[in-house]
Amino acid sequence: MTAIDAAFRRLRSSGEKGLVVYLTAGDPTPAASLRYLRAAADAGADLIEVGVPFSDPTADGPMIEAASRRALSSGMNVAGALELVRSFRGTHATPIVLFGYYNPFYRYGWPFLCEDAREAGVDGFLVVDLPFEERGEVLPAIRKAGLDWIPLAAPTSGMERVLAVDREGSGFLYLISVTGVTGVRKALPPEVAAWTRKVAKATRLPVAVGFGISSPAMAAAATRFADAAVVGSACVKIVERNGRGPRGPAELSRFVRSLKKALR
Amino acid sequence: MPDPAGHFGPFGGRYVAETLMSALIELEKAYRAAWRDRAFHRELDGLLENYAGRPTPLYFAERLTKKAGGARIHIKREDLAHTGSHKINNTLGQGLLARRMGKRRVIAETGAGQHGVATATVCARMGIPCEIYMGEEDVRRQSHNVFRMRLLGARVNPVTSGSRTLKDAMNEALRDWVTNVRTTYYLIGSTAGPHPYPEMVRDFQSVIGREALRQFRKAEGKLPTAVVACVGGGSNAMGIFTSFLRYPRVRLYGVEAGGLGLSSGKHGATLSRGKVGVLHGSKSFLLQDSDGQILEAHSISAGLDYPGVGPEHAWLKETGRAKYHSVTDAQALAGFSLLSRYEGIQPALESSHAVAFAYRLAKTMRPSETVLVNLSGRGDKDMGILMEMQEGARDGD
Repeated sequence: MTAIDAAFRRLRSSGEKGLVVYLTAGDPTPAASLRYLRAAADAGADLIEVGVPFSDPTADGPMIEAASRRALSSGMNVAGALELVRSFRGTHATPIVLFGYYNPFYRYGWPFLCEDAREAGVDGFLVVDLPFEERGEVLPAIRKAGLDWIPLAAPTSGMERVLAVDREGSGFLYLISVTGVTGVRKALPPEVAAWTRKVAKATRLPVAVGFGISSPAMAAAATRFADAAVVGSACVKIVERNGRGPRGPAELSRFVRSLKKALR
Repeated sequence: MPDPAGHFGPFGGRYVAETLMSALIELEKAYRAAWRDRAFHRELDGLLENYAGRPTPLYFAERLTKKAGGARIHIKREDLAHTGSHKINNTLGQGLLARRMGKRRVIAETGAGQHGVATATVCARMGIPCEIYMGEEDVRRQSHNVFRMRLLGARVNPVTSGSRTLKDAMNEALRDWVTNVRTTYYLIGSTAGPHPYPEMVRDFQSVIGREALRQFRKAEGKLPTAVVACVGGGSNAMGIFTSFLRYPRVRLYGVEAGGLGLSSGKHGATLSRGKVGVLHGSKSFLLQDSDGQILEAHSISAGLDYPGVGPEHAWLKETGRAKYHSVTDAQALAGFSLLSRYEGIQPALESSHAVAFAYRLAKTMRPSETVLVNLSGRGDKDMGILMEMQEGARDGD
């Protein structure tokens, strides 16, 4: 059983919903980014997605795109993100998913990457632009290192694809709430609930709903039929506003606490 | 032919967000059905002939040949196609496909603006609203084409992220598509992007090579010794190469943007200097740093200013079937002048790269040999840049 499996098992047995927090590695600097990660974990995030910045993040909206730019200008890369996870692991056990685009991972080299990631304390990978069909050269390396491959399902996927990725993936299923890019939204469309329910009923993996969730109320609504909510852009917004400033981690901590409270 | 998942050897494939996968599968099905449908071809062929002005001529460049003093140079005149470049071949095909699929909105990215104009034109012809994404830098460089697109009723969205060129326009078009995927047709203009685009765009452009092969045989009574085309994403080159792939004796040359020179780091020579990676949905050669971050390309021609290249070109390079070279900004400008002065034809700056290389190549060849150059577009759109260059040169005196 991986750390991610254990986290979802614990959530289920305690009857609470999970909170997955996304932060971009190295935003705005590696040291500040470590403080934000620790703050999120201390405030009750059940799982953290650490984003590896990419120059051309086509699945992301302006908020995370700007975070990627800040992180890249602070010199962040795949090795730096692994280093960040290693430092985080010195103090925290919260499961970590490395989240990113294919090319920087590919450049590093999948077999080395998976070994180095496991050694640094990463628990799984989520590759935004790696659909099920192209998993061939990646999945064996991830499995060999004993890591989870978090599959994605979208509102456009259709049940057949959802079931296929559910069979191959592990850890949890990332259910994209709306067709679109990442970003803060005021509300999710009403059909999200029915879709989530249908997917959660049919799948083996725990389901985490993401994209657009930006408030405790939205997180609670999104997890009515799912196991967890992913909150990304709304957290990154706090980092953007505070930067390296001393009040940033505390503000993130308050926000994460309020989200988690709504999920208990 | 690629494998069923769109791989040309190790290249190509579909590296996109899950949200787009079903749309790509739907597109592939619709495309295959259309390609098998006689009625679709009848309509497309009719439009290519009566609307786009095909077949475009094959022209023997007599004075240029004489000046080079080597191989006989023939020019495939895609610059004479409607809208001024080969781009119309693909936009007509995909425009018909979009209509057949019942899509109510078309989006496209453009670099030089040629694909944007060709898309806006076809959308006007079909009565489908269209939005074009174009890097702010390219909007400035190619203002003439921006004006044309707007006159055709298209909305042009300047893109301010990254290098503000073609790569960033494509990022933004992908973001639009992932948001509006159910109603929107993404009309990609190059043999790049996720499967089935590289194959589909090549197929729609392959009319260039089919005509050229027939015309060349008629003119010279044999096959050309060499075929030359410029390569950004690679659509005009695939268009003319495809018919010649089966004749191993015909040498194929792709000409990339050498920018300020390969050693300057400011170029668009993806196949010559790039490394394998994934951008915009497919695996191919890319200009990237050691961390896998995409580098900015540089070229005087907006259409070649792209850090990626179509996956089939990557495969042709790997197998050695085609050779890829580069021509600098300055050499391309010289190519432009040469064709203007000796033949009275003003090529697009993109195509000027092919002209410059073909001239250099012809010089080294025998008079019994022949070179076929694909002149992918005309130079009207580049007058602004050419004027700037001349003024710059005068200021420098």
